Amino acid sequence: MSERLGIVTAASLEQGIEVRLDVPVSVEDMVVGRYVTITGQKRRFFGMITDVSLGVTDPRLAITPPDVADPFIAEVLTGTSTFGRLQIAPMLTIGGDDAELLSGPQPVKTIPGHFAPVSLASEADMELVFGKEDATRFNVGNPLDMETKLCLNLEEFVKRSNGIFGKSGTGKTFLTRILLIGMLQKSRAVNLIFDMHNEYGWAGTSEGGPAVKGLKQLFPASVAVFTLDAESSRRRKVATDFEVKIGYDEIAPEDIAILRSTLNLTDLAVEAAYQLRKALGKGWLRQVLELDEEGLEEHLKGATIHESSFQSLKRGLGIIGRLGFVTPHAPEDAVKRILDCLAAGTNVVLEFGRYQEISAYLLVANLLSRRIYGRYQQQTEAAVAAGDDNLKPRPLVITIEEAHKFLNPEVAGKTIFGTIAREMRKYNVSLLVIDQRPSGIDEEVMSQMGTKITCLLDNERDVDSVLAGVSNKTGLKAVLARLAPKQQALIFGHAVPMPVAFQPREYGSAESYRDFTAGASGAGERVEELWD
Amino acid sequence: MTEAVRVGEVIEAATTGYAAQCYELYDLPPLGSLVRTRDGDIDLFGVVYQALTASFESGRRPIARGRDEASQEAVYAANPQLSKLLRSEFNVLVVGHRRNGVLRHYLPPAPARIHGFVYLCPANEVRDFSEEFGFLNILVGTPLPVASDEIIAAAVRQMSRAHEDSHGFLVEAGKELAGLLSHDFVQLKSILGRLE
Repeated sequence: MSERLGIVTAASLEQGIEVRLDVPVSVEDMVVGRYVTITGQKRRFFGMITDVSLGVTDPRLAITPPDVADPFIAEVLTGTSTFGRLQIAPMLTIGGDDAELLSGPQPVKTIPGHFAPVSLASEADMELVFGKEDATRFNVGNPLDMETKLCLNLEEFVKRSNGIFGKSGTGKTFLTRILLIGMLQKSRAVNLIFDMHNEYGWAGTSEGGPAVKGLKQLFPASVAVFTLDAESSRRRKVATDFEVKIGYDEIAPEDIAILRSTLNLTDLAVEAAYQLRKALGKGWLRQVLELDEEGLEEHLKGATIHESSFQSLKRGLGIIGRLGFVTPHAPEDAVKRILDCLAAGTNVVLEFGRYQEISAYLLVANLLSRRIYGRYQQQTEAAVAAGDDNLKPRPLVITIEEAHKFLNPEVAGKTIFGTIAREMRKYNVSLLVIDQRPSGIDEEVMSQMGTKITCLLDNERDVDSVLAGVSNKTGLKAVLARLAPKQQALIFGHAVPMPVAFQPREYGSAESYRDFTAGASGAGERVEELWD
Repeated sequence: MTEAVRVGEVIEAATTGYAAQCYELYDLPPLGSLVRTRDGDIDLFGVVYQALTASFESGRRPIARGRDEASQEAVYAANPQLSKLLRSEFNVLVVGHRRNGVLRHYLPPAPARIHGFVYLCPANEVRDFSEEFGFLNILVGTPLPVASDEIIAAAVRQMSRAHEDSHGFLVEAGKELAGLLSHDFVQLKSILGRLE
């Protein structure tokens, strides 16, 4: 039995459990965010400390304080007339009858009785709740102030779309790297990562420290690096597998639609794109960019496009046409190459090189994902028609950064990512969304996310948006607000039995690489040989 | 084990307490001390809460006699009849009883008997009696002609002397009182101030 803290003096499922501390327990040792177990008569309860306060039995004590310099008076009053109090948010129940014991921790539906003893959760308790590292569970870090490993069930995790949030510089990228490694090792899912800042595939940056290794360096056999900018990749000495070029004929009016605000197009200009496509067919973009005005007019007889809309569109398309990776004819179908890799179980990181402007990112991510999703849809439907689950494509997780640009209420209905986030697992595709402004993401999309991991956020609207719909929101808000600005995060949702604040495991030392690669057969040794 | 010292004899008794007269003038048990008297098979334990010395006959008040004497003792030496005309009495609040060897911190079924002998409890009896603090409830709850803060503090102080760890005993008793007086910090503070 671990250290007893006190007894339950009041409780409500809505407002939480109030605990009076025992005399030897110091209020100053109690920290918000720590876990406690409460032993009720029939079952044990698992909860989190959300508030610590001081109490007095007689308000006059606070008005005319006793002479605490007298050790005798202080000793007598401590724990009797003056005492410490904890506020605990009940999270889970453990045990009860045999059936419940077998099914593991359950969401809390009742409260413990009066004067039930409360103690700090032991390592064994934590292990019971968060499980051990095994074939499907991956250690992402330690709960705050504890040695226990926090293990995520990644099979469950990839079944839904998930989000990683946090202010810039709070460790989102590190957390994402860790999760990607986890998915790579412990789930059947393959990842497609749109790597805007070239951080995941090869060496990435760590603030104030040396560069850290990327996925391809750690797992060369199961990661392929695709690039939009071969020159930049060469400069950074990245071993790339394929250079992605996008042909004019691959760009559809739908892709232009989501660029409306970044390219500063009018609604009518977007409408004009659809009309041009209707009139000119698949090669519409090429014709618009290459033909002169007169030649176009010939083709556009009958289409009612206003001159100014056309000019606005043409200007926008000009920007796209000038992107280095957009060519009249793509030498090889990038989507097919990506799909081949994914089908073989190879994870794909797409580097953007120097094309770090948001319009390039939006265009490419949306265009590729739309076509990949289309292919997944066909394959899944074929598998369902044949009644053979083996024909279903491998689960795919698409990682996107700056997610509020894709998923804001204005475009969430139009982009493929809005569709993926809403339709979830139907076609075996889900999202891993990384963003620093969660309040910019469409509410409907947020509500569909399975697991959310958030680092420190201090904008009220961002906090509200991340915590929307979570039970005991106020308690979690207190915990979230007190996270350290770096290397601490709060996780809640589908993949964890209860919300938990944790410290992500280390990433960046030779030892940490060994730990990560230990799970992948032999890859670790090869990597060490190559790089140390 | 020290023998219990006989300090007086019950001369008036009620359910909650009794009055006892000393055999010798001024030979009073200390305020707050634990005393015991017997009624059949029941030992009644009580706390001395008041003492007085007065004339035997309530109508006759003593008169001042020391004008020509050098010291107070000389007054008594010159008037040996005084010890026969004056009496010392003390009042006891019953706070528990013992029957068949079992101590109980609540009132006995019947009051003490007149002419029952009253003994001052020796240290070992005080220790046994004050192992638990149920008696404090009676002390706190009974209105007395003397300020109850004084009596409670005197009783606890007296008992603490019988304990080896008298500081520990005082802290424990203080905590018990803090619980009983949780609604009245002023009284608690006043008692705690008198404990050391």
